[in-house]
Amino acid sequence: MEKISSATEGSIDYTGKKIGMWLFLYTELLFFGGMFLLYSVYRSRYSAEFHASAMEENIILGSTNTVILLTSSFFIALSIAAIKAGRRRLSTGLQLATIICGITFLVIKYFEWAAKIVKGIYPDSSVLLGMGQGETLFFGLYYVMTGIHGIHVLIGVIIISIMLSLTQRGIINRENFVKLENTGLYWHFVDIVWIYLFPLFYLIT
Amino acid sequence: MEELSFYDEKGKYSGILAWLMSTDHKRIGLQYLLALICFFSTGVALGVLIRLSLIAPGSILNAQQYNEVFTVHGIVQIFLFIIPGIPVAFGNFFLPIMIGARDVAFPRLNRFTWWLYLTGAAIVLLSLFIKGAPPDTGWTFYAPYSIQTKANVSLAVFGVFVLGFSSIFTGLNFVTTIHRMRAPGMKWFRMPPFVWTLYATGWVQILATPVLAITLVFIILGRFFGVGFFDPSRGGDPILYEHLFWTYSHPAVYIMVLPAMGIISEIIPVFARRKLFGYHAIVLSALGIATVGYLVWGHHMFTSGMSDTARIIFSFITFLVAVPSGVKVFNWVATLYKGSIELHAPLLFALSFVFLFSIGGLTGLIIGSLAPNLHVHGTYFIVAHFHYVMFGGAGFSFFAGLHYWFPKMFGKMYSEKYAKAGWLLLFVGFNILYFSMFILGYQGMPRRYFDPPPQYHGWEFISTIGSWLLAAGIIIIFGNLIRSLFRGEKAPADPWGGKSLEWTISSPPPPENFIETPVITTGPSGYGKT
Repeated sequence: MEKISSATEGSIDYTGKKIGMWLFLYTELLFFGGMFLLYSVYRSRYSAEFHASAMEENIILGSTNTVILLTSSFFIALSIAAIKAGRRRLSTGLQLATIICGITFLVIKYFEWAAKIVKGIYPDSSVLLGMGQGETLFFGLYYVMTGIHGIHVLIGVIIISIMLSLTQRGIINRENFVKLENTGLYWHFVDIVWIYLFPLFYLIT
Repeated sequence: MEELSFYDEKGKYSGILAWLMSTDHKRIGLQYLLALICFFSTGVALGVLIRLSLIAPGSILNAQQYNEVFTVHGIVQIFLFIIPGIPVAFGNFFLPIMIGARDVAFPRLNRFTWWLYLTGAAIVLLSLFIKGAPPDTGWTFYAPYSIQTKANVSLAVFGVFVLGFSSIFTGLNFVTTIHRMRAPGMKWFRMPPFVWTLYATGWVQILATPVLAITLVFIILGRFFGVGFFDPSRGGDPILYEHLFWTYSHPAVYIMVLPAMGIISEIIPVFARRKLFGYHAIVLSALGIATVGYLVWGHHMFTSGMSDTARIIFSFITFLVAVPSGVKVFNWVATLYKGSIELHAPLLFALSFVFLFSIGGLTGLIIGSLAPNLHVHGTYFIVAHFHYVMFGGAGFSFFAGLHYWFPKMFGKMYSEKYAKAGWLLLFVGFNILYFSMFILGYQGMPRRYFDPPPQYHGWEFISTIGSWLLAAGIIIIFGNLIRSLFRGEKAPADPWGGKSLEWTISSPPPPENFIETPVITTGPSGYGKT
């Protein structure tokens, strides 16, 4: 039953696949929207505590991660341009670079989390609960928002790895690159979410 | 005429895998239909149990079991039956056919969606049977109780989360299908009204469901990691939970009822032998309902704590939703005017829809006004209202569609006599069951009480009698349909004289729906001028 319906047989509905991906990204946007909503409500309610808590964040690691993720977005955009030009080896190399950036991002994130957890700052810990309600919410939001974002990065890394394999096998090629392009869209989305998370947790102090 | 139908199609797999692994929209639709009917029947059985317990509190269920039963009744009927409901069963089966396509835009995603639905349903059911207690929070999972209770809320909530993804992907698939897969000449305003409502529903599924998903994630994180976003002792705000929950769950009402309206807009012209009156108004009002319906969630929370300004605005927008809904009702009635009406079972269900939905909708305005809301909030009045809209609306439409398309889906005719008998019992039982609740609610009986105070015993008893009639009606309806699967006469391609594309192909449809891709030259119903 794995046959393509004959209405689309022979040609891939490029526009249809792009529409599908954009619709999916709308849903992702709204998914994160719920978290940004909580952030804005609690920020306005506990602005002084949020201000103080943000001082705890490691701005150097945060900035490094921002640079890494932005660079990775650049790499994947180039890899799409490369496959469109028919340069498969260049494209796979750039995809690999994107994957490495994504993993580096997650490793740095791990050290950031670990440093906080060592200090006893994590949800439901007595240290955090002792810090006060605003702080509890700030770090709760920090863990939830960067955590769910991190899961998205991880999923992105897995998907790009699959794309890498598809490109190597020639399934993604000069004529048929919509899968890679949609992956790129997803990766840019993950990047954009981080661009909002970064100022909200690190810069506004 | 012995044409090959999609049932005869041989694929890579055989037996049950020929169904589970199929990417054919018709097979997927039928599997959904079977699952929906199972869950619906379960939900009805639980509902009858609730009614029984209410006339003899303590002798059948204890108070804790009562809480669990009404919670599970709600979860099953809402998340497993009526939200997926019409789009996944009839939408999957008929959307591609009605626009002249051979399948949906993403057939494999469609199959994945079906698996997600099965997974989500299995997880929800697991939460009932594994160690610990079934959820007892009510279907709304209100925080902070949902975060504190010892019941298996996390599992149930996770199941609903998975079901949400299934719903999102269905919407995404349908919207893309409608944009990309229409046959030559199938312009937007030549599409059947059912397709239009699936389009509007698809958008609501895409834009509302993620909000529920993240809200449910917050519950799970709250339970496992003590993230107190909705816990006042940790600075959180339970009202925010209500906002997030209803931001999805009010639009979800339109996920349930919009496709239902679409089916009614298909059936009424066919059995009145008239062109649908005000086609443009009907399809545009579907978009109107979807848009405005997104902005009214606050009316569930008039008594929860909101500023007067917010309450007035939410109340006003709630009244605005009544306008496109009214447009539809008037157009349906106008379609019937001077029609040559054939009172077959699908039309009986459709007319009941118009009647019951109007009662449900108008009582919705009573609840949507600020002053009466204070009086009836949290009473049986609300319960009656949403059962009139959900069951009297979406449920009856589901039955209407089931009878209308039964010959097409299964190639067999059902017995009209039993269908009408079942309808009569269902309709009478329904009104006895739920209209009594309007009266009880108006008198002040609060919802979810285990032991009703003595002054309400009379109407509670009448309401329970209604539940028996209703259940008997449903048994007759399903019994008749199951019997007809085996003993029914062979259905012709177009038993009702319908004019949309599904009636131009054989019953049941051939593989890939059309021998030749149809070319469309006229509007949606060919009964001449209105």
